[in-house]
Amino acid sequence: MQGKTLYDKLWNIHLVRSDENGSDLLYIDRQLIHEVTSPQAFAGLKMNQRHPRRPSASLAVADHNIPTKDREKGIDNPISALQIQTLEENCKEFKIPYISMEDHRQGIVHVIGPEQGATLPGMTIVCGDSHTATHGALGALAFGIGTSEVEHVLATQCLVQKKMKNMLIRVDGKLQEWVTAKDVVLTIIAKIGTAGGTGYTIEFAGEAISDMSVEERMTVCNMAIEAGARAGLIAVDQKTINYMKDKPFAPKRDDWESAEVFWETLKSDADALFDKTITFNANDIQPQVTWGTSPELSINIYDKIPKRNPEYSNALTYMGLSEDTSISDYLLDKIFIGSCTNSRIEDLRDAAKVVQGKTIADTIKLAMVVPGSGLVKEQAELEGLDKIFIAAGFEWRDPGCSMCLAMNADRLDDGERCASTSNRNFEGRQGQGGRTHLVSPVMAAAAAINGHFVDIRETN
Amino acid sequence: MEKVSIIDGVVAPLDRSNVDTDAIIPKQFLKSIKRTGFGVNLFDEWRYLDHGEPGMDCSNRPLNKEFVLNQTQYKKAQILLTRSNFGCGSSREHAPWAIVDYGFKAILASSYADIFYNNCFKNGLLPIVLSEEIIQQLFLLLKEQPNFNLKIDLENQMIHGASELSIPFELDSYRKYCLINGLDEIGQTLKYGNSIDDFELKHKKNFPWLFTELEV
Ligand code: SF4
Repeated sequence: MQGKTLYDKLWNIHLVRSDENGSDLLYIDRQLIHEVTSPQAFAGLKMNQRHPRRPSASLAVADHNIPTKDREKGIDNPISALQIQTLEENCKEFKIPYISMEDHRQGIVHVIGPEQGATLPGMTIVCGDSHTATHGALGALAFGIGTSEVEHVLATQCLVQKKMKNMLIRVDGKLQEWVTAKDVVLTIIAKIGTAGGTGYTIEFAGEAISDMSVEERMTVCNMAIEAGARAGLIAVDQKTINYMKDKPFAPKRDDWESAEVFWETLKSDADALFDKTITFNANDIQPQVTWGTSPELSINIYDKIPKRNPEYSNALTYMGLSEDTSISDYLLDKIFIGSCTNSRIEDLRDAAKVVQGKTIADTIKLAMVVPGSGLVKEQAELEGLDKIFIAAGFEWRDPGCSMCLAMNADRLDDGERCASTSNRNFEGRQGQGGRTHLVSPVMAAAAAINGHFVDIRETN
Repeated sequence: MEKVSIIDGVVAPLDRSNVDTDAIIPKQFLKSIKRTGFGVNLFDEWRYLDHGEPGMDCSNRPLNKEFVLNQTQYKKAQILLTRSNFGCGSSREHAPWAIVDYGFKAILASSYADIFYNNCFKNGLLPIVLSEEIIQQLFLLLKEQPNFNLKIDLENQMIHGASELSIPFELDSYRKYCLINGLDEIGQTLKYGNSIDDFELKHKKNFPWLFTELEV
C-alpha cells in the first residue's frame, strides 16, 4: 500500500464522513477564539438558538486590540473595549474557557495555545485567524477559518472541508550562523510566491528543519499562510515531545504514555506521495529583508532592490524606495519585535544578545519589544532580558498583537519606515501609509542599533 | 441565506493582482461586532483621501476620484473583475461582508486565496475562477466599452454578455447546491448529528487526552 503523508494521516484520523462531492466532514479537536473574528459567530448561534457542542474544546483570549502599556487604565477606544467585553460575555454565557486580559497567561492566541498545551500534536486545530498555521509545527493540522466557520465549529465541532494537495518543502543541510527560521521562510515565500502554496498543505522537512527548535519551527509554519497554504506541518520528533512535557494542559501519567506512542507515528511514511516537492539548500539562505508590500518581495540583505517592473511599481512607490539601491541606505523610524511569528522567549533571547551593551540609534523614534504572552514576559524578566532592552533604549511592553496589525494604539504614522519581526507588509498593515520591512529578530535588533538595516553577520 | 440564481449587473474593473484583505477592509473596521455596514468602507484606503475610522459619516469624506468605485458608472456595480490571488492575507470574513454589503454579488478573478474563497460562499457571494486569458480579455473589453453588463447563470454555470459573449465556469457541486438553495451550512451538518456522536465516542476512546477539560 502507498505510504501516507502526515497530512493524510491527520485527515483520516479526523474524518467523520465523506460525501460524493468530495466534501469531507472533519472533526475539530480544538478551537482557539479571539475578540475580532468571534462576535458575529456567537451572534449567529444565538440568532439560531444553537449552543456550542463542546464548550471546553475551545479556548478564548483577547489579543488583537488590547493595549500593550498602562493596561490597568483600561481600554480607551470604546469600540475596542466593546469588542473585548463582548468576548468576555459570550464566553461566560456559553461556558467557554477564557483567559482574561488581567490573567498573567494572557497573550497572542498562537503563542499561548502551545505554551499552555492547549494545542497538541495530532490535533485538528482551528481559529478565526490565518496564522493558525503556526500550530502545525507541533504536528497538528491547524488552519485559519472565517467567522461563519467559527460558528460552524462551535455548533457542530466539525467543519465541511475539501482536502488540499500535499506539498513537501525540504530544506537540506545546515544554516549559516545568524541565519534564522524567519530567513528560511521568507526565502521560501520569495521563491514560490504568495500563491505558491494555494490549494496545498505544506510539510516542511529536511535537516535544517529537524535542527530547529520547536519555537523556530513555529516561525516557519506561522508564515505558511503567507505562501498561500492554509496549513503548514512539521513531523513530530523527540524535540516536539520534550516541548510538550510540562505544559499545563498536556496529557498526564497514563495518558501521556499513550499520547507519546501515538505522537511518534505523526510523520510522513518514507514512501508517501507528495503532489509537489521543492528543495532548498540551507547553506544558500541569507538574512532576508522584504522591500515591497507583499511578503514574497524579499531580498538578501546585501542585494540591490530589484529594477522597476510594472508589477513592482506600486510597491516601490508606496515603500518610498528607488530601484537598484541598497536597503541599508534607508533610515528606519521604528523597530517592532513581536507578533505570533517572532515573540517567543528564544526570539527575545536572540535579539537581546544583539543589543546587549549597546544603544539604539538616535534617529530611531521608537523601538519596542512586545512579548508574545505574559509567560514569555515573565521568563524574559527572570533572565534579565527586559533590562538589556530598556538599557538599549527599547520600550518593554505587555503582550498582544500590537503593531503587527495596529488595531490598538501601537502603529506607524504615514510614511514611517519600520523593521518588523511580524509576518505581513501589506499597505497600511501597521498603520496607514506605514512602510514595513519584515526581518528576523536579530536583524531587527541590529537595525535598531544602526538606525538602518545591516548584515547581522558583519556587525556581530 | 438568500438564494442565488441569476446575477445580472454592471462589471467594475479592479486591475490589480494580490488584492489583500487589509486592502479590502482595513483593520480599524474589524472592531465592529456586527456583520453589516462594512460596504461604505470597502477598499477604504483606496477609495477615500482621508483616513477612515469606524462610525464616520462617509458621505462627506473626500473621494479619490481615480479609484474605480468612485466613477459614476461603477457605483452600482454588482460584479467585480480583478486578477490573481484575490483576497490573500487574513481570514477576516469582514472582507466578503464588505463586498456583499457594497452590493457585489459575484467576483471574476483568475485565482483566490483559499480562506477568502471559502468565506464568499458562506455569504452568498459567488467567486468565479476564469483563466488569465479570459480575465485579460474582459479587462480589454472594459477598456473599449467602460460600461457593460454581464449575466451570470449559476444553474448552467455560464456567463453571458453582449455580442454573443459566453463563458462557461467551473464550480463545486455542493457549493452550487447550497448557493442555489440558500442553505445554511450549519443546519446541513447538524443533520449528521448521529455520525458526529459516533465519531466522537470512538475518538474519545482512542485519544482520551484530547477531551481534557480546559479549566482556566
Ligand atoms: S500577532 Fe499579528 S499575525 Fe499574529 S495573530 Fe496577532 S495580528 Fe495576527
